[in-house]
Amino acid sequence: MDATPTTLTAPPTRPFRLRHWRLAAFARDRGAVLATLVLLAVAAGALFAPWLAGHRPDEADNLLRFAPPGTPGYLLGTDQQGRDMVARLLWGGRVSLLVGVVPTLCASAIGLALGMLAGYARGFVDQIVMRSLDVLFAFPMVLLAIAIAGVLTPGVGTEIVSITIVLIPYVGRLARTATLGVVSMPYIEAARAAGGSPLSIVLRYVLPNVFSPIIVYATTLMGLMIVVGSGLSFLGLGVQPPTADWGAMVADGRIVLRRAPHVTVLPGLLILVASLAFNFLGDGLRDALDPRTGRR
Amino acid sequence: MGGFVGNRLLGVLPVMFGVAVVIFVLMHLAPGDVTSVLLGPQATEAAKIELRHALGLDLPLPLQFGKWLLRTASGDLGTSIATQLPVASLVFPRFLNTLLLTFSSLLLAIVIGYSVGLFAALRARSAFDRVTMSLTLIAGSTPPFWLGLILVLLFAIRMRWLPVSGMVDMAGDGGALDVLRHLVLPTITTALGPAAIITRMVRSSVREALDRPHVRVARAKGLRRSTLLRRHVILNALPAIMTITGLQLGYLMGGALLTEVVFAWPGLGALLYDSITARDLPVVQATALLIALSFVLVNIAVDFINVLLDPRLRDA
Repeated sequence: MDATPTTLTAPPTRPFRLRHWRLAAFARDRGAVLATLVLLAVAAGALFAPWLAGHRPDEADNLLRFAPPGTPGYLLGTDQQGRDMVARLLWGGRVSLLVGVVPTLCASAIGLALGMLAGYARGFVDQIVMRSLDVLFAFPMVLLAIAIAGVLTPGVGTEIVSITIVLIPYVGRLARTATLGVVSMPYIEAARAAGGSPLSIVLRYVLPNVFSPIIVYATTLMGLMIVVGSGLSFLGLGVQPPTADWGAMVADGRIVLRRAPHVTVLPGLLILVASLAFNFLGDGLRDALDPRTGRR
Repeated sequence: MGGFVGNRLLGVLPVMFGVAVVIFVLMHLAPGDVTSVLLGPQATEAAKIELRHALGLDLPLPLQFGKWLLRTASGDLGTSIATQLPVASLVFPRFLNTLLLTFSSLLLAIVIGYSVGLFAALRARSAFDRVTMSLTLIAGSTPPFWLGLILVLLFAIRMRWLPVSGMVDMAGDGGALDVLRHLVLPTITTALGPAAIITRMVRSSVREALDRPHVRVARAKGLRRSTLLRRHVILNALPAIMTITGLQLGYLMGGALLTEVVFAWPGLGALLYDSITARDLPVVQATALLIALSFVLVNIAVDFINVLLDPRLRDA
């Protein structure tokens, strides 16, 4: 688990064109394609949970508690309250994916804006923005997320806010470095000479050219945030019972680890698979979006 | 050299001030009223106002912040709401336990990461390289709290080799061996993710160093393999390796927080969790501050070691 951005390659020497994205390279990358399929399957499972699951996630069958996987009617068994594991895993995917994806998107948007502002404006603005982000960097990522989520009222909203705040400095720093590289390119100078306003230059020339590394980084972060978010839920700082969530399910299973290990093992495996898939997807995107790697 | 350290330490002051502001603001955003927690639900409004005055909670926020900062800087961390004990007496023994877990994990992550990474780099594209690189990917995506429970299931519940949780045996003598037995599973749990990242980083920096022209020259002039590795390859890969190791130390401190909850390891993470659950804000505040401070100091120490290793950085 690591939020260190991958090393930035040199900024694009030509202004951005959509056709530079090599989707064919992505399609040839078996790991990335498989990861995409896995993520689509997990997302579809979460989305269509009411139709796919034979039971409601909070429907408890008191006569069938601790049923092992393979029990008729309960493919993956039941938990200590006799709730269907398949249903809880599918419904749980809704919250777990939400917590992995939404904060990363929010933080990417805010971090991108702050990073481009700092990198394009330079000077005093740069100092203010980056020193403020340094303060957030002074906390270990998990500590800050726990502290924010723990002090405020627990819930999915709090979890999303806390993870967003934690991620902003990481995206911000990457966006600033990328912006500094782009700003020194001749096409920016040309745009300035042509009399473009700073806002239009940033939106038309800087943004598309710093976008690729941010997308790649954000995809990897989603994998990491599924793990961090489920950690918060595991601590009881996220969704509240009886709502299912993979991290909260691991916490539920902890009490009955001896008697029914599948209650703990299964949701953790899903977290692992989803996180891994995001990482593979990020690698594939990096090769497809960066004009300099992979073509040879 | 002294100037470098002095500058970095001075640079910490504004960052630590910012950290203090963040923590202070966070505690004031917390829902709930301290006075109703302290006085109970039947407290009269007058008693609440009196207590607020006694605690200084009726002062303007910047003034409260200043007072709190001065008190904290002088070592007075306040009183725990849940236990009525001085926070400092709760926090510092726990801090040592967290350091023990963090450093044993760092040691394990370094031993695994440096040896496996070097070996994989020297045998790039071999079966060993491929298998370990896939394993590092999986290890990097494994939720540590879940891994901890799986290890407990396998090695404590099924095989009964190691204790399930805690730091010492209730019936045991509490000696070093006892602590060591309790330390094994939490250490593996905390170290696995960072070990994976260090392995990948060592592998890529050593491979990069192997490709440099001066290594080719040294190899061409017939230098012994061990000398070549020691003097030309590893020394050049070291700054990158040190940087990533330092970053992982910071991550370990965060990761240890969750591991401690899983294993009931009596460290700062378990304390943070307990005091969040009990809404014991003074303890939360002190714990967060202490972890952030040590995190910042660790980062400076890493920078310092990097400068010692790489003379090129001294002018920067």
